[in-house]
Amino acid sequence: MTDYEVVIGLELHAQLATRTKLFCGCSTAFGAPPNSQTCPVCLGMPGVLPMLNRAAFDHVVRTALALHCRIDPETAMDRKNYYYPDLPKNYQISQNARPIGVDGWFDMESGGSIKRVRILNVHLEEDAGKLIHPEDTGAATSRVDLNRAGTPLVEIVTGPDLRSVEEAKAYMESMRQFLVALGVSDCKMQEGSLRFEASISLRPFGQEKLGPRVEIKNVNSVRFVLGALECEIRRQTELLNRGESVPQQTVLYDVRHDETRPMRSKEHAEDYRYFPEPDLVPLHLSPERLEAIRATIPELPLARKQRFMQCLGLSSYDAGILVEDPAIAGYFEACAALHADAKAVSNLITNEVLRELKERRLTIDAFPVRPEGLADLLRRMDAGEVSKTVARDVLTEMVATGRGAGPIIEAKGLRQIGDEAVLRALVLQAMQQNPKAVSEVRAGKSKARGALVGPVMRATQGKADPGLINRLIQELLNRPSSGE
Amino acid sequence: MAKISRDDVLHVALLSRVELTEEELELFQSQLAGILAYVEKLKELSTEDAEPMTSVMGLHDVFREDEPRASLGREEALANAPDRDEDSFRVPAVVE
Repeated sequence: MTDYEVVIGLELHAQLATRTKLFCGCSTAFGAPPNSQTCPVCLGMPGVLPMLNRAAFDHVVRTALALHCRIDPETAMDRKNYYYPDLPKNYQISQNARPIGVDGWFDMESGGSIKRVRILNVHLEEDAGKLIHPEDTGAATSRVDLNRAGTPLVEIVTGPDLRSVEEAKAYMESMRQFLVALGVSDCKMQEGSLRFEASISLRPFGQEKLGPRVEIKNVNSVRFVLGALECEIRRQTELLNRGESVPQQTVLYDVRHDETRPMRSKEHAEDYRYFPEPDLVPLHLSPERLEAIRATIPELPLARKQRFMQCLGLSSYDAGILVEDPAIAGYFEACAALHADAKAVSNLITNEVLRELKERRLTIDAFPVRPEGLADLLRRMDAGEVSKTVARDVLTEMVATGRGAGPIIEAKGLRQIGDEAVLRALVLQAMQQNPKAVSEVRAGKSKARGALVGPVMRATQGKADPGLINRLIQELLNRPSSGE
Repeated sequence: MAKISRDDVLHVALLSRVELTEEELELFQSQLAGILAYVEKLKELSTEDAEPMTSVMGLHDVFREDEPRASLGREEALANAPDRDEDSFRVPAVVE
């Protein structure tokens, strides 16, 4: 089998973080009963006029700026004409001739290095409604819910710059983090607020000309996009190896059979007859306005991750976990400002805090242990007051009761036993009771050490300082007459 | 005079989802050609230095704030639907 270079481009649609739709005051809240969030404007009644949502427009300008796009001082909306039952006006208000942003770029991490992806186009448009297909395939009708019709979206189109399924995956994940951190979208895939479409072609390595492009539609999750891309690579490779050419076409991904099949061409007659939207006026962007919006761009995930690594000494892995959610990263920074050992802060958050959040289904904003409380616990760990294991229990108790670390440690008698004399006696006792383990440890079987640590921990209800126990075992082993 | 083929008319009819009889096809073919010929007249003007115009109103930057307003109730929203069930519009099945 010959290998070909894979060329992928991705197009994303993200629902903008607004309370209302793009052209009317209907709510965009998810999960309302069907057709309860509509009005004459988004239902496409005759004679109504759209009015542009300022917040949605600003979000797209912010996105275009953060993606280093060229932004012309005047932009405008266009009308894209097509008939589909989920589109009540029979046209979608979008942007074609003058999108808000063009020719930008996005840096992302993939396979341990930074990859720059060209951004061709960033624009504002409205969403269509939702078609609910009958489960019974023979049924004669589909149902339409127009709550989503008119919801503001940002569309972002990449150049054909991604070279593997892994890079496509990295792009989708990095973009999600980027849009969330930028505050323009909550990117909840399961609510349809972030969707991707892919196009893919193959070419022999070294060839500059791109192969015929196959567009993949109907993929509504990252997993399906990746599955569909894998399918297309297999299918196109087979065609090329047989000496056949790949027709330029649009395919649908069939999840159930894990295969792609061509869409019937009639349904894809791309003749949208765009023209300037006559019901809306042009939009001006003065340099002052652009700068005011630029000032609202926060530090973005990649930059933040690099700062955590370079300035705070975190590993790429830990820093990556922290910046996945900007609120978690903010919590970490607040804690690190109170406790000098940033790595210890990071460990406690990535291991224990995230586990607590997941188990209790909490967001970090609702987490009862505030940075001051976490820093206090860290300080007590540092001072040897509690071991790491006990600290975990103390944290759980802090979350459950909302009390501070100090009172919990006192009330439960969790203070670590660091009294060497007490522990030495217990270690000696454990060694005398288990001579087999002692000789095994002597023979270099470090696993057997657990059989000696265990009884000491049990005798102290887990409060013994594990570092000290290990040191004492070593000391007593090294003593020529260690009581055997 | 601008040429409009029979296929052009069929294509436009498909895009607009209208069915045409044979007589209509012929009628529209000549009418569309006439309309285009009329618009062709614009080409006589020089537009060399004219900026493309997207709006005739002379306004720009008309926005509304992101404030929710009451929606229609579901019953009112569905009132004009040719076909509906309890909570949705019903349309001929769309299956791909």
